[in-house]
Amino acid sequence: MDKIFQETLYFGIVLSLFSYWIAVQIRKKFPYPLFNPLLISALLSIGVLIIFDIDFNTYNKGAQMITFLLTPSTVCLAVPLYKQSQILIKHLDAILLSLLSGCLAGMISIVLLCLCLNASDTLLFSLLPKSITTAIAIGVSELIGGNSTITVGIVILTGIFGAMIAKSVFRFFHITHPIAKGLALGNSSHAIGTAKAIEFGEIEGAMSSLSIVIAGIFTVILAPLLASLF
Amino acid sequence: MKYIHQFLIIMFISLIGELLSLLPLPVPASVYGLLILLVCLFTGLIKLKDIEDVADWLILIMPVLFVPAAVSLMNVGDEMLGDLLVIGVVLIVSTIVVMVVTGKVAQYMIERKENHG
Repeated sequence: MDKIFQETLYFGIVLSLFSYWIAVQIRKKFPYPLFNPLLISALLSIGVLIIFDIDFNTYNKGAQMITFLLTPSTVCLAVPLYKQSQILIKHLDAILLSLLSGCLAGMISIVLLCLCLNASDTLLFSLLPKSITTAIAIGVSELIGGNSTITVGIVILTGIFGAMIAKSVFRFFHITHPIAKGLALGNSSHAIGTAKAIEFGEIEGAMSSLSIVIAGIFTVILAPLLASLF
Repeated sequence: MKYIHQFLIIMFISLIGELLSLLPLPVPASVYGLLILLVCLFTGLIKLKDIEDVADWLILIMPVLFVPAAVSLMNVGDEMLGDLLVIGVVLIVSTIVVMVVTGKVAQYMIERKENHG
């Protein structure tokens, strides 16, 4: 099967869009966090590739056209951010302090868990930048001596997991303010969390977009400092 | 022509971001581009109506754009399998920690400000 699809460009695009469309239909029928459209569509696509013995690179020849749009799409997050700039200025102290506390608490929790579970330093360094957007995370991971393949994996898993649990976490911990929700989603699960935050509302989306940038900056500064302790 | 012009502006900013990402800093093209667009909007160099329709569409389709990245997880499975326990525990605990600490601190500070004028 791989031979036939090696000649096509649209196979990867069609498989990605079709599996996402099916995943959204499943989500409509079963509105539970486990049926996250991104998770389900990835599992469906991986299933098709494995069953028909198609190489990932054959799939990605077309699918990378979709990935290409991720940069301009992220650039456009400046629009909701600009529209909500009054909130940004009014609550600048709350925004900066909460993002910093979240980044610090997250990284300290990773260090403690890795120490308790006897993880290698390389694994710890690979996991440390897990809550920031992929491209920055790879840079940080390589800088401090992590394995960037594991970093890419954990970053994507974190994004999907964060988007899955956000609603339940907000309910359980009584996080009700739109600004707080947006910051929490963006700080914990970067752009994938931001896509979810936009579903919640415009303020949530804007605050989550902002978190991608600021959490990235905090992590670039703090992760090497923490890593130098080992 | 309206959409072509809007698309041109967004692609042009992405191009500048891509060129800047060649600098030896761990900053991706998309983050450079986001900051450039934000500065252009604040300074009035670009008006909201010059990009809004295409920008809204690109943001709307964003979730789908992550599908190939998520499918690429099938390649990293082997390397992650050996440390599945550590990775699983860190994934679950630290993601919740970041979400709760960020959300709680933000909510506390905002509510305090709103209550005291």
